[in-house]
Amino acid sequence: MNQSPSTLALPPVGPMKQFMLPILTLAQREVVRFLRQRTRVIGALMQPILFWILFGAGLRGSFKPPEWAASGMTYQEYFFPGVTVMILMFTAIFSTISIIEDRKEGFLQGVLVSPVPRTSIVLGKLLGGTILAVLQAVLFIFLGPLLKIVGLAPDFQTGITLASFIPLILFLFLLGFSLTALGFVIAWPMESTQGFHAIMSVFLMPMWLLSGSFFPAGESGWLSWIIRANPLTYGVTGLRRILTPESGLPSTPGNPSMIICLTVTTVVCIIYVAIAIWMTQKRSTRNAR
Amino acid sequence: MLSNTQIQETTAASRIGVTEISHRYGDRLALNQLSFEVHPSEIFGLLGPNGGGKTTLFRLLSTLLPLQSGTANIAGFDLATQSQQIRTLIGVTFQSPSLDGKLTVQENLRHQAHLYGISGALMRTRIENALQHLGLTDRKHDLAESLSGGLKRRVEIAKGLLHSPQVLLLDEPSTGLDPGARHDLWKYLKQLQREDGVTILITTHLMEEAEQCDRLGILHQGELVALGTPDELRASVGGDCLTIHSENLDELQTQMTQKFGVEPQIVNHSLRLEHPRGHEFLKDLIDAFPQLVSSVSLGKPTLEDVFIHETGHQFWQAEETV
Repeated sequence: MNQSPSTLALPPVGPMKQFMLPILTLAQREVVRFLRQRTRVIGALMQPILFWILFGAGLRGSFKPPEWAASGMTYQEYFFPGVTVMILMFTAIFSTISIIEDRKEGFLQGVLVSPVPRTSIVLGKLLGGTILAVLQAVLFIFLGPLLKIVGLAPDFQTGITLASFIPLILFLFLLGFSLTALGFVIAWPMESTQGFHAIMSVFLMPMWLLSGSFFPAGESGWLSWIIRANPLTYGVTGLRRILTPESGLPSTPGNPSMIICLTVTTVVCIIYVAIAIWMTQKRSTRNAR
Repeated sequence: MLSNTQIQETTAASRIGVTEISHRYGDRLALNQLSFEVHPSEIFGLLGPNGGGKTTLFRLLSTLLPLQSGTANIAGFDLATQSQQIRTLIGVTFQSPSLDGKLTVQENLRHQAHLYGISGALMRTRIENALQHLGLTDRKHDLAESLSGGLKRRVEIAKGLLHSPQVLLLDEPSTGLDPGARHDLWKYLKQLQREDGVTILITTHLMEEAEQCDRLGILHQGELVALGTPDELRASVGGDCLTIHSENLDELQTQMTQKFGVEPQIVNHSLRLEHPRGHEFLKDLIDAFPQLVSSVSLGKPTLEDVFIHETGHQFWQAEETV
C-alpha cells in the first residue's frame, strides 16, 4: 500500500514508550547537535584545559597545599578535580543555553504541541546534556595527565583504577545531571542568551570559584562558611575523593566525607530536577514566542 | 473493512468547536468573542490580514497558549482540560519554523515520529510516504538549515502529517512556497480530506488560497466578520462591484449620493460601490458625470470585496494599520 497514511490506524502506544522514547530521542538530538557544532566542543573542553595549564603554571610558586593534602602536592594536582567540574559545568551550560535557542528558532513549540509528557522533555534535555558533560570530563581525566609528556602537567596519579572507574562515571553522571538541571532552571524562563551569560558570570562562575575547585577552603573565616554552604563544594570534594589514590583524604568541615558529599549532591540534584519539571508544567504565553 | 456507520462515527468526532473565545495580550484585545465550528472532513479557512488574530487563535487551538475566556473543543475533547488527548490527534504546522537546522530532513522527521510514539518499521514507512508526497525524497540527507524557504515549509508540513492526525492545523502553510509547490500542497490537502477524512483548519492571507477552502471565516481585528462558503460570502455582497476612479473623489461621492441615492465608499483612492445591476448603473453613471469619472471597472465580487464590504477597509490597508 503506497497511499497516504490512514488516519484510522493510530499505533498503539504503551505508557512506558510514550514516556521513554521522547527522552531518548531528545537526548540523542542533543548529542548529535553538539558534535556537529565543533566550536562548542572546543569551547567546552579547551577553555578549562587552558585554565588548568595556565593557572597551574602561574600559581605553582604561591600555592600552599592544605593540611590534608599529600606532601608535595602541586597546584595543578589540586586544581584537577576543580577543572573536571568546570568542564561538567560548561558543557551543562552550553547544552541548556540551547533551550533558549530552541524557543527562538521554534523547535520547542513543535515539541510542546506534541503529546510528550513535560517530564520527558525535561529529562531528555538533561540526559543529553549530561552524556556530553560526562564524556568530556572523562576525556579530560584520562588525557589531562598525559600533558606531562610535553611538560605542561606535573607527574601525578589520578587514582583511577578498574575498581574506581564505575563509581567515577556514576558520580560524574550525578553531578553532571545536577548541573544541567540547574542550567535548565536558569534557561527556561530566559528570553535571550545574553541574559544567560549575565547569570553565568554573576552566579555560576562564583559558585564554581567558591566550591573548593580553585582554592582550598580555610578552616575559618567568612569565606570558608560560604564554601561550606555551597552545594557544589560537595560535588567537587566527592570527585576529589574518587580521584585521590588510596584513602588519603581526612574528613574536615571544609572537606566533607564521601557519604555527606553523595547525600548533598543527590538531594540538590533532585531539587533542581523537580523545579525544572514544575516550571515546564505550566502552559503559558511564553511558550508561544 | 470498516462499515459505513463506523466511518461516520470516527469522522463525526473530528471537528473543532469554538465558543466565545477572547484573548488579551496585556491591554490589547487580540480575539473578541469568537465563535465558529469546523465540520468533519472539511477544509476551513481563516482569512484575514496579518495581525487580525489568526495566529493567536491558531496558538490557542494548538494548545500552546492557555485559554483565557470562552471554551473550545477539538474532536469532542475540551481544550482547557484535555489538551493531552488533543495533542495526540492534531497535526500542527507553524508559520514560524520548527525545524532543527543542525539535523538532516530525515533526522528531523525521525525525532518528530518518536515524539508521537512512532518507531521502527512503521516510522520508516510513514517518513518515506511523507517525503514522497512532499517531493523531498532526494533531499532527505540534507541539513535542514541548507534548504530553501519553500523546501523548509514542505518539511514542516511533512512533520505535521507523520502521526496521521485526524485534525490538521496549518498556519499560513504556503508562505514561501512557489506557485507550483502551492498547487501540489493543495492537491495533497484535498487528498487527505477525501481519502482519510482529515479535518483541516488553515489560516491564510491569500485570497486565491481562501477560494480553495470549503468554508471560510474572515477575521478582522480579532472579530469574525463573516462566515460561510466562498460562494455564500460573495453572494452576500450582492450583484456587481464597481470601482470608480476620479480626479475629485469627494465631489463625485456627494453628487452620486444626491442623484442616485447610493452610498459609495472611498477605498484606496477610488470609489467602491456594490450594485445589484452594475452594468446598467454603469451607463447611467457615465451619462450623469462624464467629466468627473475618469475610469470605472465592473466585476463580480471577489473575496476581497467581501472583506471590504464587511470591514470598510481594503485588505492590505488593514494590514498596514495594525
